[in-house]
Amino acid sequence: MSETQTGDQKGTQGAVTGAEDVSGRQASLWADAWRELRHNKLFIISATLILFLIVMAAFPQLFTTQSPRDCQLERSLQGPSADHWFGIDILGCDYYTRVIYGARVSMIIGLSVTAFAVLIALVLGSSAGYYGGLTDTLISRAVDIIFGLPTVLGAIVILSVVSNRNLFWVTLVLVVLGWPTMTRLVRSSVLSVRDSDYVNAARALGAGDLRVITRHVLPNAIAPVVVYATIYVGLIIAAEATLSFLGIGLQLPAISWGLMISQAQTRVLSEPLLLLFPGLFLSVTVLSFILMGDALRDALDPKLR
Amino acid sequence: MGRYVARRLLQAIPVFFGTTFMIFALVFALPGDPIRALSGDKPISPAVYAELQDRYNLNDPLLVQYGKYMGGLVQLDFGQDFRGREVSEIMSERFPVTIKLALVAFGFEILIGILAGVLAALRRGSYIDNLVLLTTTMVVSIPVFVLGFTAQVVLGVKLGLFPIAGLSQGWYSYLLPGLVLGALSLAYVARLTRTSLVENLRADYVRTATAKGLSRKRVVGRHALRNSLIPVITYLGVDLGALMGGAIVTEGIFNIPGVGQQVFQSIRSQEGPVVVGIVTALVLVFIVANLIVDLLYAVLDPRIRYE
Repeated sequence: MSETQTGDQKGTQGAVTGAEDVSGRQASLWADAWRELRHNKLFIISATLILFLIVMAAFPQLFTTQSPRDCQLERSLQGPSADHWFGIDILGCDYYTRVIYGARVSMIIGLSVTAFAVLIALVLGSSAGYYGGLTDTLISRAVDIIFGLPTVLGAIVILSVVSNRNLFWVTLVLVVLGWPTMTRLVRSSVLSVRDSDYVNAARALGAGDLRVITRHVLPNAIAPVVVYATIYVGLIIAAEATLSFLGIGLQLPAISWGLMISQAQTRVLSEPLLLLFPGLFLSVTVLSFILMGDALRDALDPKLR
Repeated sequence: MGRYVARRLLQAIPVFFGTTFMIFALVFALPGDPIRALSGDKPISPAVYAELQDRYNLNDPLLVQYGKYMGGLVQLDFGQDFRGREVSEIMSERFPVTIKLALVAFGFEILIGILAGVLAALRRGSYIDNLVLLTTTMVVSIPVFVLGFTAQVVLGVKLGLFPIAGLSQGWYSYLLPGLVLGALSLAYVARLTRTSLVENLRADYVRTATAKGLSRKRVVGRHALRNSLIPVITYLGVDLGALMGGAIVTEGIFNIPGVGQQVFQSIRSQEGPVVVGIVTALVLVFIVANLIVDLLYAVLDPRIRYE
């Protein structure tokens, strides 16, 4: 390897370690992992929470009969009651309903940003790792260029240019700033299996590059990517909330936890609950994905067995 | 090694130009006319307008503007903002604040992070270990702005232990914001130290050291910990650059007049030169930090060969 790859250590440190041992027994690794996961308490808890959140995002009507846009100013800032579990916000909307509906934006952005970033990373990362040479140099430098820009700072500058910041733009910006980390991970993971005997064997048998990459290299290099992608969903959800909180992510009337926290901040002393509920939901969501990632790492890392 | 250093330096050059150009192009694309914004509601005379456009090279195409800016930069000239103030002057006012904040955060990371990681690793599976794992997972999950507000309200307002905002109490004012800023990396450092030390404690050379009859303290301190800290140090190095760029949220919450706050305000008031200047400086810090870390890695771990 030509460089030490220190930049991608944030968050991926443990993830990469499992890569070498995965070679050659892919089917049994995933089966082993599944067997272990079924008995892992953390996995069961986080999977249940994530499932719950996905249902909440897809069908918020199941959890509340009220509308998040049913706002009546005369009941502004009432405390929690039997009818309004989390109380009423400044504009007179039922806060519980709004917090429930807030899950949708977070899940859509978290999952779609991760999906796009992984897709880009698989194509670019495996090309860079597999072909090396000029391809690697070009892709790696492009990665470095975006990586050199602090994420929040970059997002602020890009989003300031956009006048109508909706779901699409926030997703796009987070993908643009997010793919380099994932690409580095795929690249180093592919590098670690590229020269294994079974890859050489497949090549000797006359398999084309595409077949070697998709059938032999990627299946054996994907474990750390799966782990990191799971954690990444959580990180992206936090990033979206941060941007919306700063006033450069989603705009009203969008319903987002970040926006709710941003609105609650001005009266945090008199109405701390308005900050607490979206903050709690946000943190638990991020936590679920991180725990899931940890559980997956334990299961997929044969070193710990 | 010399060739490696040279190549790493060469690699940093396109990265520097790529990143700064990206920022430059984005600021170029910011909506609104900064010169017209300058005069507010009053109309501006065409002659003054043309003169100002000319002074800030606003009529040139993007590439020419970028070229002129870089030309100034090599002479350490960061240009002026639209009110005629030197950007370098603004930066010299703001950067020390952010650097102090980052250093406090960094101190917390090293002190608490490494200590917690070592304690957890030495007593793997114990109460302390579980406590460290649990707390770090929670800290990682709570977004910085939620953590910042909670700390501000609970520790600052309710308990009155720390100043709530601003910098009126010297170093003491930096403590709480520094802790909040460093919390995320602190958790990473603790986990990294733990993983790394646990792995090394199982290594043959540690067993040898124990078998030689060395005390536990010496085995851990002199043998295992030294090697375990290599990945931690590299992480910390990269993080120091990232901390400064990531301070925007913390500076906003605690109302600290650092570069993050300045960038945010400057974007709002369309002060392109200030944004570009600060971000360029941050990118430079980040690239240099990465470079030093890569070189440090070679010094610390002789197994790594640079071909």
